[in-house]
Amino acid sequence: MRSLAELEAVFDSPLPTPDIQAAAENLLKASEEVLEHWVTARGEVPTTDTREGFRLLALHRQGAKGDPSFNACRETSREIAYHFNLVTLEPEHSDITDRLYMMALVSKHLYLFVSGKLEVAGLGEFCCAAKPIRSAMDNDSTTREEA
Amino acid sequence: MTTKDKYKKVAYYPGCALEGTGHSYNRSTKAVGKKLGLDLVEVKNWNCCGAMEVKNIDPKIQTYLSSRVMSTAANEMDMDVVMAPCNGCYHNLKKAEYDLKNDEESAEVVDRLSKKAGHKTYEAGQVETIHALDWIKDSIGEEGLAARVKNSLSGIKVANYYGCMYTRPRHIFPEKDQGPGSESTSKPHFMDDLLAAAGAENVDFPLKTACCGGAHTLSDSDTSTKLVLNILKAAKLSGADVIATECPTCHSGLEMHQIRAEKTLGEKVDIKILYFTQLLGMALGLSPRKVGVHENINDSIAFLKEKGLG
Repeated sequence: MRSLAELEAVFDSPLPTPDIQAAAENLLKASEEVLEHWVTARGEVPTTDTREGFRLLALHRQGAKGDPSFNACRETSREIAYHFNLVTLEPEHSDITDRLYMMALVSKHLYLFVSGKLEVAGLGEFCCAAKPIRSAMDNDSTTREEA
Repeated sequence: MTTKDKYKKVAYYPGCALEGTGHSYNRSTKAVGKKLGLDLVEVKNWNCCGAMEVKNIDPKIQTYLSSRVMSTAANEMDMDVVMAPCNGCYHNLKKAEYDLKNDEESAEVVDRLSKKAGHKTYEAGQVETIHALDWIKDSIGEEGLAARVKNSLSGIKVANYYGCMYTRPRHIFPEKDQGPGSESTSKPHFMDDLLAAAGAENVDFPLKTACCGGAHTLSDSDTSTKLVLNILKAAKLSGADVIATECPTCHSGLEMHQIRAEKTLGEKVDIKILYFTQLLGMALGLSPRKVGVHENINDSIAFLKEKGLG
């Protein structure tokens, strides 16, 4: 599993146009690794199962168990899978480069969301992150229990 | 009474944002309501819904604050419906409703605090909380709206951005995902439907419910800027001229981080950002000023003139 910094570089690097299929595979793999970071941080072993044909979706499901706020990236994960299908199932499509670029943007969104959540654990029932408050509370032995 | 009739007169809960950074949303919502013959009665002496800050410290206090707004509407104003155009307020009132129905401890805390504050305790089910999108969609509908359009939005390509709180978490929105005619939590479409009825061309926008980083905007501005930049780029790549919004936090985040992205990351994305009520208002014949376009940070006046709306 690559570091988050390495993964960010993948999403930011120019997309190799000669092999668009390989680029889509690379983005999907990097997105899976982003979710692996989240699952691992929760003390679990990232699943190798697939859901609807995608390990990415199985990883998202694993990451959201017991943490409903993680569903805020459910649709983003599904959009990555959708764009992967668009790129790989219609390789001759005239918009193929734009489709790949869109997949990169959506993948980067997943990265930004998850890496932001990884900075401070338990950002509230929903992802309303008053980070300084949360951090202060986490350092306090009288930390309130989440609702 | 039908839903259509029920929504013709609703208690209006603008919330704090619509009196500040989201003032043009307040202005355009009221102007559209007036134009459509819908009656908004502002909740008397309303308070903060608990927003993000209170919820992060004590969720039960947030439940109480939201319940007080609903109690005022139900018990002091005799209203059945509360309309909250802000996603944060809408979400929190719906969450309070859910918690009061399903969590005894929340109900006890709310009852205790309501008595202490000297007002009637809100009982789950006394009011129905709706969003501005439900309000227009279910009281006027697409056909009714199309019949009233004076300046079609045709030629304007729109990416509809709903943000994260309008549909999540699913369990607090039991009326959604109920088949034809209802809103979808995974692929919301009410804003798309209304703007299409006004003539706009909606683009396929994959980040319509993605996080805008609004909650991080002060504590982690760089992440917020990157999230917004991604949304702006995706909307532009989708072919949109305009991002339509329905949440003041998302809207001001998009506007401010659009500028910040240019300043700090050197990336400029030329796309307009307008509240859906501003677009609908102009389609109904209201001037840009009447719907508060001049109050937006993102300057779209020249674009609107070019499209025949200015």
